[in-house]
Amino acid sequence: MKPQARLVAQDATIGYDRRTISQNLSVAIPDGSFTAIIGPNGCGKSTLLRALARVLTPTAGQVLLDGKAIHTYKAKEVARQLGLLPQTSLAPEGIRVADLIARGRAPYQNLFQQWRSSDEAAVAAALEATRLTELSGQLVDELSGGQRQRVWVAMLLAQDTPVMLLDEPTTFLDIAHQYELMELLRTFHDEGKTVVTVLHDLNQAARYADHLIVMRGGEIVTTGAPDDVIDAELVENVFGLKALVTPDPVTGTPSVIPLDPRAVAVRPVEPSVPASLESPR
Amino acid sequence: MSVDFGYRTAPLRLPWFSARLNVRLLVVSGVLFTLATGLALVSLPLGDFPLTLQEVLAALTGGGKRFHRTIVLEWRLPISLAALVFGALLGIGGAIFQSLTRNPLGSPDVIGFDAGAYTAVVITILVLGPGAWSVSTAALVGGIATAFVVYLLAYRGGVQGFRLIIVGIAVSWMLGSVNAYLITRAKIEDAMTVGFWNAGTITRVAWPTMVPALAVAAVIVLAAVLLAPALRRLELGDDSAVTLGTRPGPARLGLIVAGVATVAVVTAAAGPIAFVALAAPQLARRLTRSPGVSLLASAGMGAVLLTGSHLLSLLIAQAYRPVPVGLITVCLGGCYLIGLLIRETRGRYGALT
Repeated sequence: MKPQARLVAQDATIGYDRRTISQNLSVAIPDGSFTAIIGPNGCGKSTLLRALARVLTPTAGQVLLDGKAIHTYKAKEVARQLGLLPQTSLAPEGIRVADLIARGRAPYQNLFQQWRSSDEAAVAAALEATRLTELSGQLVDELSGGQRQRVWVAMLLAQDTPVMLLDEPTTFLDIAHQYELMELLRTFHDEGKTVVTVLHDLNQAARYADHLIVMRGGEIVTTGAPDDVIDAELVENVFGLKALVTPDPVTGTPSVIPLDPRAVAVRPVEPSVPASLESPR
Repeated sequence: MSVDFGYRTAPLRLPWFSARLNVRLLVVSGVLFTLATGLALVSLPLGDFPLTLQEVLAALTGGGKRFHRTIVLEWRLPISLAALVFGALLGIGGAIFQSLTRNPLGSPDVIGFDAGAYTAVVITILVLGPGAWSVSTAALVGGIATAFVVYLLAYRGGVQGFRLIIVGIAVSWMLGSVNAYLITRAKIEDAMTVGFWNAGTITRVAWPTMVPALAVAAVIVLAAVLLAPALRRLELGDDSAVTLGTRPGPARLGLIVAGVATVAVVTAAAGPIAFVALAAPQLARRLTRSPGVSLLASAGMGAVLLTGSHLLSLLIAQAYRPVPVGLITVCLGGCYLIGLLIRETRGRYGALT
């Protein structure tokens, strides 16, 4: 049986101005999944994500939310169902952490109800979940890169949507902050949210996602669970990289290790213990 | 559970209304509006026929000599009111454009309104001759048409702040060459008329021009209140704005129209009054320390700048000879820009980037 999917792209043709990136793309985001969209640079990952977030309108076909074309909804209605963390976000000059996170509450506010107690509660909860409570009064400009990205994620969290879309959230972070952020996304997923993120790191995608969408040249190559999808053939086929795919020694999920193009032959797959360490006794 | 915002906030919760009030922003704005009102009142006794403050107050409350009442209520009050209201409008227009263009040098002038209004006035006075249509109408039509052309030229699947600035500057300079050419061919009296108009003065404002201006001002303020939340979301970039439930295209167009309307009202009634729109939002921001620019505080600061310039022009008139208020705002604006450049070279806040 196919899983339920609230968010679906149906024969969507998407691109910028007159440049088409993807043609007749159809894909479903399984409800409650942790979906990672992977593929080489320029393959249309972000374009697909932006179309799903209705930042881009397909020139043909459509994106459906609960079976209805997404652009026929009221803007605020969609904003309560799905949120997007864009690749680059702009913080107004001189804004403080809590202020920025509070802007995520916009879909629930109107001219008369600008700050209900539910807004304050959502901001407090988002601060808590992203461990920013202590920093809530700080200027965003004065934070480190990792902290700043947590602020943007907190703003997305404050928006309180069942579906969260993230465009390369880890790209500008060091390795520790990358994993910290992925763990944060995992907790959102554990709480029942549908998380969809564009990722570059295949090992991270395989470790955290339970559903992959693999793209190349604007097309979807395959979709499915990481164990079923990622193998050496796919990596070579999609990225043009000869690699060894082996179970991650920590999690057992597929892990991709590029081969050395200068090496004469592929080294043995079985981990071999160096002779010097072999016990003489 | 209460959140620490890093500054004093007061939640306001009524059954039909809730908001989070920024205490400092409100206090600063209140002080600015009070100061502007004070400056407008202080300028009432000054003029060719000096009055005492008591005589002015008597006239304002309906007493005093009949001639004094005419001077105060009919002649001077609309002018002081114009300084107050026009200043506030320019502050709002500047705040809207600086926020949209993300640039402290953004102001409604950048979209070419002033240049277009001036060109229309020059053509009306020098080419068509007086009586074709009023100078105010010419200024309005020329300004709005230019703003429209700049918007269209800058449009490429949406309008970006930076492209708007560049196109606006280009069109303004092209119109400037037209103006300069026409003036070189003009009779000296006509050229002087044009020059006076371009200096920008509120002293020719009277009730018949002030009443419609106030009505339009009320509409603009209402539009600004309605569009302010969209403006705050656009500050985060278009993608985030969409995600938060805004349609950037219509929202930005509405804001540009409201911003252009602020200068249109002022220019039609008083001629171009430069730099208030440019300086008010940034000066207000230094005082409020609020994120981005605040429409309310910018309006208050604009009102202070224009009522202050008006008072200054009256004092100069008493000591020396009348100087149009538009020239005083230009001088103040020059000082402001120099200040901005000095800050910039010190390299702390990247104000010009």
